[in-house]
Amino acid sequence: MRKVYLDNAAGMPLLPEVREAMLPYLGEIFGNPSSLHDWGDGAREALENARSQAAGLIGANPEEIIFTSCGTESNNLAVKGLALAQQAKGKHIVVSAIEHFSVLHAARTLEKWGFEVSEVPVDKFGVVDPAGVRKAIRKDTVLVSIMHANAEVGTIQPIKEIAQITRELKIPFHTDAVATAGTIPVDVGALGVDALSLAGDRFYGPKGAAALWVRKGARLIPLLDGGIQEGGRRSGTENVAGIVGLGKAAEIAQAQMAARMQKLTPLRDRFLKELPEKVGHIIITGHPQNRLPGHASFCVEFIEGESLLMMLNSRGIAVSSGSACTSRALKASHVLIALGLSHEIAQGSVLFTFGRDNTGDDIDYVLEAMPPIVERLRQMSPVYDKFLKAAKGGK
Amino acid sequence: MPVYNEKVMDHFMNPRNVGEIENPDGVGEEGNPVCGDMMTFYIKVKDDRLEDVKFKTFGCGAAIAVSSMVSEMARGKTLDEALKITPQSVADKLEGLPKNKFHCSNLGAQALHKAIEDYRQKKGGK
Repeated sequence: MRKVYLDNAAGMPLLPEVREAMLPYLGEIFGNPSSLHDWGDGAREALENARSQAAGLIGANPEEIIFTSCGTESNNLAVKGLALAQQAKGKHIVVSAIEHFSVLHAARTLEKWGFEVSEVPVDKFGVVDPAGVRKAIRKDTVLVSIMHANAEVGTIQPIKEIAQITRELKIPFHTDAVATAGTIPVDVGALGVDALSLAGDRFYGPKGAAALWVRKGARLIPLLDGGIQEGGRRSGTENVAGIVGLGKAAEIAQAQMAARMQKLTPLRDRFLKELPEKVGHIIITGHPQNRLPGHASFCVEFIEGESLLMMLNSRGIAVSSGSACTSRALKASHVLIALGLSHEIAQGSVLFTFGRDNTGDDIDYVLEAMPPIVERLRQMSPVYDKFLKAAKGGK
Repeated sequence: MPVYNEKVMDHFMNPRNVGEIENPDGVGEEGNPVCGDMMTFYIKVKDDRLEDVKFKTFGCGAAIAVSSMVSEMARGKTLDEALKITPQSVADKLEGLPKNKFHCSNLGAQALHKAIEDYRQKKGGK
């Protein structure tokens, strides 16, 4: 059976060059970067080289990069660490309604610690209005955290415009760039932010290695107490092999970014156009144009996303869904609800994320395999029945 | 490890008794699409037995498999026997459901019971 992997937002293959670069650090170069002998020197050199590569990807200074274990950790460190460092100034932070849980739940924890949180809404395309951010900011606001792009609906946010406001008001601005760094151009100077999260597994690097960039001079309270690794801002022996992989993947992403975007954007645009031609009663979620290059997301009416996902899987096609039944918490995606979609529509969520290995043939295959599956699920759906009967009765 | 076992997958991929019954003797609906799953059961009764059971389901793999299993378990049973079908006995017949799906997706027995109640009410009203 043909296999078509379209869940690159969830997991990406490791580039062979990246694996090659990592192997010595899973083998002969095993020293601790904190050690002062030759063994330590080898590991430390690799770590600092990766730091330069990661910094290069986002136009930052290497000494401003803090390596972490995952995007979730980077976001937690940014939100809690930056807010706590300034609590003498104020205890209010601003986030958007569609942040990843690692930002939203970190903000909720800050609430338990005495902070107040304002959630800025988004429009029907999932776009944060900079004027809404300005309105949410108060005298005691000490942090704004708005993501660069949302992985569920693909929408890219007007970060530069928001940064103009935060700079004018002198409030630190963190952006979760896990979905964008390594995928589209990200330059911390051009964006005007003060802190930025990225993760290596989002651009063909290994899982377990990520980074937080924090502008020099910004105060940050660490999450982990321990040794002085990463300048004391992230204690714990470094995941050297993983970080080396992140660095190598960052270097390759920088070199290949334009080519990757040129390949993915037409695949995405074709799929966004042709799937609705083959499957009726389907809604594109997120912004129709201003979205991640390999990202196509929909809600299919009258059916539920998990059963669609499982039936696509039986045809060798891997996708994601934001339906309640798909999530372990059994709750519909907060992102889809924030876009103003009903819980019923959100149930039909399905997400296709293309990667470097996908081709136009993959799209042909999905366009052929998916319509009969949708039809089959609709034929057994009482919700579709009700729709058909209402449509008849209305005539 | 797959989320669903082979038995559940079989009933999900090849559900038994999907559809509607024309002029059913009883109809039962449980759940709603907002919380995830919704099931409608249709029954035909002859001599106090479930001569035919059909269903339509909106929901996840577990919800569809549960509906299919309930329809299979109920067919041919007397009404009182069918009322003894419980979410637990359905899950057991399916050789287990994922823990988080046991409550939300396991509405088939309730939908069937509602169809039987509907039948008895209609009959009592005659």
